[in-house]
Amino acid sequence: MALVHLADGADLAGFRRAIRRLVAAGAAPEDVIWRSGEDGDLFGAGSADFVGTDAADFVDGGEAGPAPPLALPRVVGAAVEAVVCHRDPERYALLHRLIWRVLHGERTVLEARSDPLVHRLAGMQQAIRRDIHKMHAFLRFRRVTAESGERFVAWFEPEHFILEAVADFFADRFPGFAWSILTPVGSLHWDGAALDFGPPGTRGAAMPDDSVETAWRAYYEATFNPARLNPTMMRSEMPKKYWRNLPETQAIPHLIRTAPSRVTAMLEKEAAMPLKRNPDKAVAALPDQAPKSLAELNRIIAASEPLVPGATRAVLGEGPVGAALAFVGEQPGDQEDLQGRPFVGPAGQLLDRAMAEAGIDRTEAYVTNAVKHFKFEQRGKRRIHQKPTAGEVRHYRWWLMRELDFVHPRLVVALGATAVLALAGKALPIARCRGEARLEGRPGFITVHPSYLLRLPDEDARHAAYAAFLDDLRHVRAILERRPAS
Amino acid sequence: MDQTFVARLRILADAAKYDASCASSGAPKRVAGANGLGSTTGGAICHAYTPDGRCISLLKILMTNYCLYDCAYCINRRSSNVRRARFTVEEVVKLTVAFYKRNCIEGLFLSSGIVRSADHTMEQMMLVARRLRHEENFAGYIHLKAIPEASPWLIEQAGLWADRLSINLELAAERSLERLAPEKNGGSIRAAMGQMHERIAQAQEEKRHFAPAGQSTQMIVGADDATDAAVLGASATLYRAYALKRVYYSAFSPIPEASRALPVKPPPLQRENRLYQADWLLRCYGFTVEEIAAGGEGGMLDLEIDPKLAWALKHRDRFPVDVNRADKEMLLRVPGLGTRAVESILRTRRHRTLRLDDIGRLTSGLKRLLPFLIAADHRPVRLTDRLDLRRRLLQPARQLSLF
Ligand code: SF4
Repeated sequence: MALVHLADGADLAGFRRAIRRLVAAGAAPEDVIWRSGEDGDLFGAGSADFVGTDAADFVDGGEAGPAPPLALPRVVGAAVEAVVCHRDPERYALLHRLIWRVLHGERTVLEARSDPLVHRLAGMQQAIRRDIHKMHAFLRFRRVTAESGERFVAWFEPEHFILEAVADFFADRFPGFAWSILTPVGSLHWDGAALDFGPPGTRGAAMPDDSVETAWRAYYEATFNPARLNPTMMRSEMPKKYWRNLPETQAIPHLIRTAPSRVTAMLEKEAAMPLKRNPDKAVAALPDQAPKSLAELNRIIAASEPLVPGATRAVLGEGPVGAALAFVGEQPGDQEDLQGRPFVGPAGQLLDRAMAEAGIDRTEAYVTNAVKHFKFEQRGKRRIHQKPTAGEVRHYRWWLMRELDFVHPRLVVALGATAVLALAGKALPIARCRGEARLEGRPGFITVHPSYLLRLPDEDARHAAYAAFLDDLRHVRAILERRPAS
Repeated sequence: MDQTFVARLRILADAAKYDASCASSGAPKRVAGANGLGSTTGGAICHAYTPDGRCISLLKILMTNYCLYDCAYCINRRSSNVRRARFTVEEVVKLTVAFYKRNCIEGLFLSSGIVRSADHTMEQMMLVARRLRHEENFAGYIHLKAIPEASPWLIEQAGLWADRLSINLELAAERSLERLAPEKNGGSIRAAMGQMHERIAQAQEEKRHFAPAGQSTQMIVGADDATDAAVLGASATLYRAYALKRVYYSAFSPIPEASRALPVKPPPLQRENRLYQADWLLRCYGFTVEEIAAGGEGGMLDLEIDPKLAWALKHRDRFPVDVNRADKEMLLRVPGLGTRAVESILRTRRHRTLRLDDIGRLTSGLKRLLPFLIAADHRPVRLTDRLDLRRRLLQPARQLSLF
């Protein structure tokens, strides 16, 4: 007979050491008495062959040295981790029986859910999960002002030994301020950087006044619908044992008592005459929401968040409202993002040159992009431009269309595939559609993006492509001259 | 917090309580950075329950209960005499953070009456979400109720910050909408849902953050004459066409000073309950709307028994089912067996032959399933054929309600 004495609460480490040793010694579950600190002196140590007052003494002492670790299936490990948190004094003995069976030909015993031992352990695991869940839910912090600034304290009475099991949850959730969780079996403290476990606390230590509680109680009362009174349901989800530490539950008796009369009062009030409000005026105010000018639209664009974060600012279109010609490019590049102006980088300079050669005055044209924010991938110090996705183009389309409505050009030049996608609402092959085109009802012209010319590797091809681009721009000019302003 | 603030909070929480969506589930797991606040766990955490049995997971409030619209079923309609209040963007942000830091909530569910214009209203809500994320480094849950008439770009901006967006359909039938919510338009509601669906799907493909918990909607039940079958039919279409994550059903609740256009008597709350059960059958159990409706009469679900039992009682020829042999689809149709129990049965079955006491350890619905299930030591002798089976199965429920 062996007597194992483990520490208070969930002594996972102690249990692990002990079970290794017991397995190495071939001790069967019926030959071991498990005892933990909180049990008191229930069992005499009379018939024990070896006794440890402390797990470490018992397990690692003597000549045997530390026992080798056990290789257990993962689900068994998970069950052990959960079940040691349970208050049941038999928890270690049950786990020992489970491990014994796993090691004696029943590796998959946990899958037989209807087995009495498995069923009981599953019930314990469920109780632990529930306890943890309720602690996540029903713990309330109260604010105290300490010299070091804000600090939050909570008092909670868990049913099982779950303090360590919930530590990560609260540390993940509340990293930015200092807090303490006090319970009757131990406490947990966070200083903004590290977790620290301490001795049990007292309820009184977590009862400072917190004015936010008044607001919380008001919210709790107001969000209750007296017409749907169902206290049984409430009690099954929020058992009474939790009530005494929840600030809002003080309101419950009153809410239940007054619910029927509130409903009656509500139904009786039905006959009251509605306030007179002039519906026409109110409804007429409604559609008045679209931006009224290009400047107003630009304010909206500038205030909007980039779809893909990273851009310095939105790059707005440039040029006179009423310009005969509008150029639509893809999206701002590195230079454009830094300067906040469209077409100022290498591609823009190339466009300037071509426009000048084709006899188009850039200051009289309107220049903009389909997408208003720079998107890039950081490679070392360089920000490498990334093509906008179809989704992003569609996202910015609403703005582009409004923008062009305000500028109202006689001809819109789509520079490259992205501009075509934005203007036509669908992808079209540039090579085949190059030239004059209707772009969703707008007179348009499709050509390549000037950056395409920059990317061509060989000189001859570049020259030929530039000449073709120039041809396109001359063509654009000819269209405008042929079609005088109406 | 000062008195007038708390008074406004009461008004704006009271005005928001008729919206049934409250869950905080579906967002990807997330924790706050070093100086941030909040996390999402993937599952819902209900921080409190009110005496109506419903949970509080989110701070559910309106930005304002002033409204230009006049939807008959709504307490905030412009012709209602209720007291009005409004919050600023700043105030909603502060309140959310204050409650969150005390571990009272999982996040914010923000809705609003329509004031000034749809865009203005939508923008206010979007700004709350943006400030929470940007300035408070808030990583908790945010659900915004989108205004379908707002400009698409605003709804899209909202999707950058919110975990879930929803647009309430409110009434399944277009003609009810016309009668009870004259300023609303079923077409623009569906168009906005469609747009949202497209954006959510795209963002998923491109691995961008855009309303990762998807979109949901709410339908009010009992304010018009739509049958349960019609309501469920609308839901099935919404699930299919827009990949909605949830459809919430809200039994029309008496409101102070209700409009005369409404039925005098509210529908039984049980109807809402049955619709939720039917919704589960639709989403998780492989039932079709027609099958569910066939369990009831005239397009209405049976209020006395749940829709699965109702279906089983009308299809006795399919039972009893052998727990040791039947396939998953059929096990899922046995009253008293939930998806979890069915999973457990399938796993355990590989190791042993199931007897009644085994099943008793796998589900709490043993009594109910006895007439429908064959186990190694149990064969319901013509129990399934008994004429009074329905009454016998009802009995325990009646007894329970005595307490
Ligand atoms: S739009 Fe209709 S449902 Fe929404 S707050 Fe206004 S009146 Fe109520």
